[in-house]
Amino acid sequence: MNILGKLNRAPLSAKIGIGILAINVICVLFAPWIAPYAEGQVVGDPWAPGLVGAPEGDLAPTTLLGTDHLGRDVLSRLIFGARNSILIALLTTTISFSIGITCGLLAATMRGTVDQVLSRIVDVMMGFPTLIFALMVLAILGSSIPVLIGVIALLDATRVFRITRAVAMDLEAQDFVEVARLRGESIGWIMRRELLPNAVSPLAAEFGLRFCFVFLFIATLSFVGLGIQPPTADWGSMVRENAAAISFGILMPLFPASAIALLTVAVNMIVDWAVASTSGVRNDN
Amino acid sequence: MTIEQRVISMHPAVNREVILDIRGLEMEGFSGGSWHKIVHGLDLTLQRGEVLGLIGESGAGKSTVGLAAMGYARSGCRVTGGTVLFKGQDLLRMPAAERRRLRGLKIAYVAQSAAASFNPARRLMDQVIEVAVTRGGRSRDEAVRDAQDLFHRLALPNPETIGFRYPHEVSGGQLQRVMTAMAMACRPDIIIFDEPTTALDVTTQVEVLAAIRRIVEEFQTAAIYITHDLAVVAQLAHRIMVLRHGRLIEEAPTRVMLAHPQHEYTRSLWAVRKLAKDPEPRGDELLKVRGLLAHYGTVPVLEDVTVEVERGRTVAVVGESGSGKSTLARVITGLLKPASGEITFFGEQLPRAVKDRSKEQLRRLQMIHQSPDASLNPRHTVREVIGRPLEFYFGLSGQRREQRIVQLLDMIELSSKYLDRLPSALSGGQKQRVCIARALAANPELIICDEVTSALDQLVQEEILKLLLRLQGELSLSYLFITHDIATVKAIADRVVVMHKGRVVQQGTKAEVLTPPHPAYTKLLLSSVPDVDPDWLNRLLAARQPAVSSVAS
Repeated sequence: MNILGKLNRAPLSAKIGIGILAINVICVLFAPWIAPYAEGQVVGDPWAPGLVGAPEGDLAPTTLLGTDHLGRDVLSRLIFGARNSILIALLTTTISFSIGITCGLLAATMRGTVDQVLSRIVDVMMGFPTLIFALMVLAILGSSIPVLIGVIALLDATRVFRITRAVAMDLEAQDFVEVARLRGESIGWIMRRELLPNAVSPLAAEFGLRFCFVFLFIATLSFVGLGIQPPTADWGSMVRENAAAISFGILMPLFPASAIALLTVAVNMIVDWAVASTSGVRNDN
Repeated sequence: MTIEQRVISMHPAVNREVILDIRGLEMEGFSGGSWHKIVHGLDLTLQRGEVLGLIGESGAGKSTVGLAAMGYARSGCRVTGGTVLFKGQDLLRMPAAERRRLRGLKIAYVAQSAAASFNPARRLMDQVIEVAVTRGGRSRDEAVRDAQDLFHRLALPNPETIGFRYPHEVSGGQLQRVMTAMAMACRPDIIIFDEPTTALDVTTQVEVLAAIRRIVEEFQTAAIYITHDLAVVAQLAHRIMVLRHGRLIEEAPTRVMLAHPQHEYTRSLWAVRKLAKDPEPRGDELLKVRGLLAHYGTVPVLEDVTVEVERGRTVAVVGESGSGKSTLARVITGLLKPASGEITFFGEQLPRAVKDRSKEQLRRLQMIHQSPDASLNPRHTVREVIGRPLEFYFGLSGQRREQRIVQLLDMIELSSKYLDRLPSALSGGQKQRVCIARALAANPELIICDEVTSALDQLVQEEILKLLLRLQGELSLSYLFITHDIATVKAIADRVVVMHKGRVVQQGTKAEVLTPPHPAYTKLLLSSVPDVDPDWLNRLLAARQPAVSSVAS
């Protein structure tokens, strides 16, 4: 009830964002039932136009968005791709934030040696170009989805660590943390109850952004053949595989690209609203 | 406001040209999603060479009015009515470019925090002469020579070379005077001083006040002097206006106002100065700190400090910033490990570091900080704040915890409707009360109060001090009260410890410390506290001629 009421008062941008996200979530949950064709089924010629964007005078198209470079239905692959792309991105971001926030808060609270060790490890990891680092690990461990998630999460966690540490360092210098220390509170309590609630706003904004970057990173990895392996559909690799089509005036690569863009915008609009409504630090209810 | 109250005829600058004339000023401020009135139809006139004191508590609209006198409204504020006539021209209605030409040149501003107002990356001189050169039409050499002359007049050390330093290389009091020189550089008609001495120590404040007064008189500059301290404004102003909630409460020439304040509110502005506690006889020893030595890095901050607190008594530790009084609190609470010395509390020797102390030792020793804003977690409700020590030290939960919280709220004179409020929905005084309740929740023996009233308005200060005294009586609490304010010492202390540069220079009962003969530093400190008496500064400066420089530096 409370959540519904809050939703009702949300600005239009947030409502649009929630709408788009809801459609995506439905695709994630019910892909096999919604999609007109199977994930890897060839239904026609390569890059056959669909109902959208078909040149006049063509034979009546059989699919809505046309087919890809192997003649598979783009709409079906978009729906199945949502499942892989979103779930992987969500899982990756969640893991990276859990690691980054925990280590960042730990470094800020403990300071001294703990901070030094964690920060220098992060420095080293950030010293490598991200792509090279990922390629290296994936080449050694082989490219499977769990490894992919682990590697990207770890790489992203370095950035989350930096932000969390900076925010928490500021907070840690405040008197209320000193009061907690004087009371004899444990490190865990100070991290969880004193620091974390005050660090939520900047971190939530970062979450929305990181979530979207993960798509692009997976797409990059897919391009060099270490991302999500075919025939599994994901949006990033759909763009990559079909990028050449754009030079023939075929709209097909724009569909997965728009899907990424739409979700990115949607997530950011929701995050903006969430941050604005929680950062006020006052009793509004 | 009646005609009788505006007794301009008693004023020395009588019949001079009216240089600033504010009529029916109405301003609004944006908060909580809508615009609220913050200045209600204020009238203000300023004649050439006149110093007008604007006084009131925080939120009275003093600074807002001061800025409006320059035709400026801070972001989140707007002028909705009235006129601001500067030499007959309406600042509010003239084109922005024209208004900008007047600012700095004809109307200058001296801010509260000079340290925050100077650009740290540029030398002082460049900033002091900037307006004079870019808009005043003077050559750089000429402006530099003039600035050096001003530095000299403002009694700054090394007036020839100080301008070539960076802001961080000079002290706070010097920086405030440099800023006054900057305001004076174009010989403006009006200078607006916005609490220029509030952030300074009393001994420094005296120097800055004397310098400002001298230079304003020399150049016959009109000034609006904004402050919350009646004693300060009494030294400078010809006329005082008391503001509250954006309305004029009372206006009169300084001497008339001080001798016969008309309004109850005006009288309450020096409320704390009238509080006085009768000192109690000595009691049992509760805390004894012996031979304390502490460093920050290699810099010694405490040297051989020995202090004693008795059960049910209050020890006030006084001194300027940098005297080591807050460090003393950090060492006693265990936040800073001393290099040597011992702390005996409640019959046992306390471990040096907070993490080595037992829960019981921590519970008996509580601390209240200076800024209630910073010491309350902005995301914890009053219930969580007060409930946590109950849970942590006594394992209280559910109904029993709730009852105790309400009981504690009752002790600090807040009703239970505040239970679910976040700190942002409380006033400064209420926040400090919640901090007191949090300390009381631990059933402590000793509370260290670190400047607990200095961030608050006079009236609220008085309430908080009275509350602390009442609680002391009811619960036989001991306080170690750290303050720089002598009026607070008079109000609350049984014994007094005077600190200077990390050493205890004097300690004893309140009567012993506050009555002469004093050691040199105590004398300097006590004499620097302004009296609500317009002749105080004159007398002090006359008496001090030879003595000040030798002790203060």
